[in-house]
Amino acid sequence: MNCRAEVLEVSVEGRQVEEAMLAVLHTVLLHRSTGKFHYKKEGTYSIGTVGTQDVDCDFIDFAYVRVSSEELDRALRKAVGEFKDALRSSGSDGMGQISLEFYQKKKSRWPFSDECIPWELWTIKVNVVNLANEQERQICREKVGEKLCEKIINIVEVMNRHEYLPKMPTQSEVDNVFDTSLKDVQPYLYKISYQITDSLGTSVTTTMRRLIKDTLAL
Amino acid sequence: MLPYAMDTDLSSQDRKDLDKFIKFFALKTVQVIVQARLGEKICTRSSSSPTGSDWFNLAIKDIPEVTHEAKKALAGQLPAVGRSMCVEISLKTSEGDSMELEIWCLEMNEKCDKEIKVSYTVYNRLSLLLKSLLAITRVTPAYRLSRKQGHEYVILYRIYFGEVQLSGLGEGFQTVRVGTVGTPVGTITLSCAYRINLAFMSTRQFERTPPIMGIIIDHFVDRPYPSSSPMHPCNYRAGEDNGAVYPSVEDSQEVCTTSFSTSPPSQPAALGVGSADMGYPVLFAGGLNAAHPHQLLGPGKEGGVPPVPSQPAHGTQADQERMCTPLDGVHYSAATPSSSEDTETVSNSSEGKSGSPHDLLETIFIRKVGAFVNKPINQVTMANLDIPFAMFAPKNVELEDNDPMVNPPDSPETESPLQGSLHSEGSSGSSTGNTHDDFVMIDFKPAFSKDDILPMDLGTFYREFQNPPQLSSLSIDIGAQSMAEDLDSLPEKLAVHEKNVKEFDAFVETLQ
Repeated sequence: MNCRAEVLEVSVEGRQVEEAMLAVLHTVLLHRSTGKFHYKKEGTYSIGTVGTQDVDCDFIDFAYVRVSSEELDRALRKAVGEFKDALRSSGSDGMGQISLEFYQKKKSRWPFSDECIPWELWTIKVNVVNLANEQERQICREKVGEKLCEKIINIVEVMNRHEYLPKMPTQSEVDNVFDTSLKDVQPYLYKISYQITDSLGTSVTTTMRRLIKDTLAL
Repeated sequence: MLPYAMDTDLSSQDRKDLDKFIKFFALKTVQVIVQARLGEKICTRSSSSPTGSDWFNLAIKDIPEVTHEAKKALAGQLPAVGRSMCVEISLKTSEGDSMELEIWCLEMNEKCDKEIKVSYTVYNRLSLLLKSLLAITRVTPAYRLSRKQGHEYVILYRIYFGEVQLSGLGEGFQTVRVGTVGTPVGTITLSCAYRINLAFMSTRQFERTPPIMGIIIDHFVDRPYPSSSPMHPCNYRAGEDNGAVYPSVEDSQEVCTTSFSTSPPSQPAALGVGSADMGYPVLFAGGLNAAHPHQLLGPGKEGGVPPVPSQPAHGTQADQERMCTPLDGVHYSAATPSSSEDTETVSNSSEGKSGSPHDLLETIFIRKVGAFVNKPINQVTMANLDIPFAMFAPKNVELEDNDPMVNPPDSPETESPLQGSLHSEGSSGSSTGNTHDDFVMIDFKPAFSKDDILPMDLGTFYREFQNPPQLSSLSIDIGAQSMAEDLDSLPEKLAVHEKNVKEFDAFVETLQ
């Protein structure tokens, strides 16, 4: 199966990294989350309701919509926070990328561990700029806001191509497709990883552990 | 049966479902767009259990007025080829200028997708499209304008059905496509055309006009609490009146699908498609719960639905034009009884207020009979309100004996901060000479000062410290003594200074 890959690039100031990343990740996850499934007998299921809320950015002239789920928000903030810290401490030019990958699990027979098969990969390349004075910062606020608007439009465009999505699973298979650990919403299984590009241009891969239920290795 | 261009293979159940989906999709689209232009952050909760009334598994509240307007515009029809549903967002300044900002279009074209499953795939794709709409509505320029509305301008919406009219958007407008969903009867397209030439907005000098709320909201609302925050275009309460005016459920079939059927991936085409695509909804929730409270916005007002006249919004727009505020004059017709109730409340409170100063005036008569007088406590009555120049009001003649200028008080005065007495009268010299002066002193009571709040008001403070006691060091005896000592010590000091001449010189040089 081909994994659909999309790449977005943004140039932001250091303090804008977090909000910009959250805006993009939340917008993607808004489209890739459903309500909780409740399976009933005879193979029927019902779907819960996804609430949404507006988020205003403090350092960017921008607002976005995210899923109303504190657990999901916390998970994303944790990942983005680590990415931001890694960017800051890398001492590099401030270039890096954060990736959001949606995958399906495919159960394998013993002794092989389950496979994770990605079906969609979003990569956000970040370039951190340093600004000299307040006037430049103000311009940056507006410019980054406009850029993020464009990114949201790009994301929506991709989403509406209605390309491959995993089949709706039966009850026994639901954990292979969706992350069922959250109590109020159900995103597709995803993992977030990031890379920092050091000043030599080589990439130092730092893959984070999964934020949600890990597949158990042998 | 609704006329479609293509003859389809749809089962009648599928067709009914599809019509219903499209209808509710159109209504939800309008809700999302209008709510995104209300100027407030929207927040709805996720719920793991389906309630049966959340169409497309999304928590989107229904503002009854908006639903009503949308249904009125649709008039029982659905978007079809050549018949689009459009939501026009415009801006209106306090001077009355208006400008179209966006047109959101829900259109249908002829491109059909016969293979698609209505009750699952179409439904879920419509849900996805609504999510995209939520995202895109925050991204167009009108969003930021709408978040700042209130004082100088408001955002209005208008729903119409038919041909899309983009001419009001000015030159060079841009288009963003939110998304498309193919159905067996055509492809639904949702897009937005928005103005980019907002030049007149940025250069225009907004004068400090009274808030538009004063023109629009007060036009409709009796505001018993004028000091409360005025800047909520959606001062909306779901009153009992709304239930009567806006029946949200027209027929018993307006329920949304909440349940789907699975089939294991291995099962063959029992549902017509090889892989485990979702089947048909098998469970319908029992009827829309129409009485959702609208916790949308705004500080609620206590006491009664705001009464509104039967005139439409003060703007000169067409009947269909409404503010992005549920305060639509046309529909709150049942509110008249409560309006009188509100006015009564207001007038009662004002009467109450007018009653008290009168009472207080009398108390002041008793208390303030002359300056610099310490009234005995039992004569001090409650005086919450100072009336300026109350002293010039006619006094009782018999109290003249208490006038200190006639009969000066003895010193030291008892502490009576309420009276602002002259404590300095105990000090040397000042008041004893005033014993029998024949002039009337008016107690200097600054206007609006309240002496039961401030123990010592400005006048008191001033009087008190105008004649402070003498400094001990300046008293003659002590002064003379130190002077003598100074004179004696002078020679010694001179000797010391002469020794340190060089140091002093060096110091002086550093200063230069």
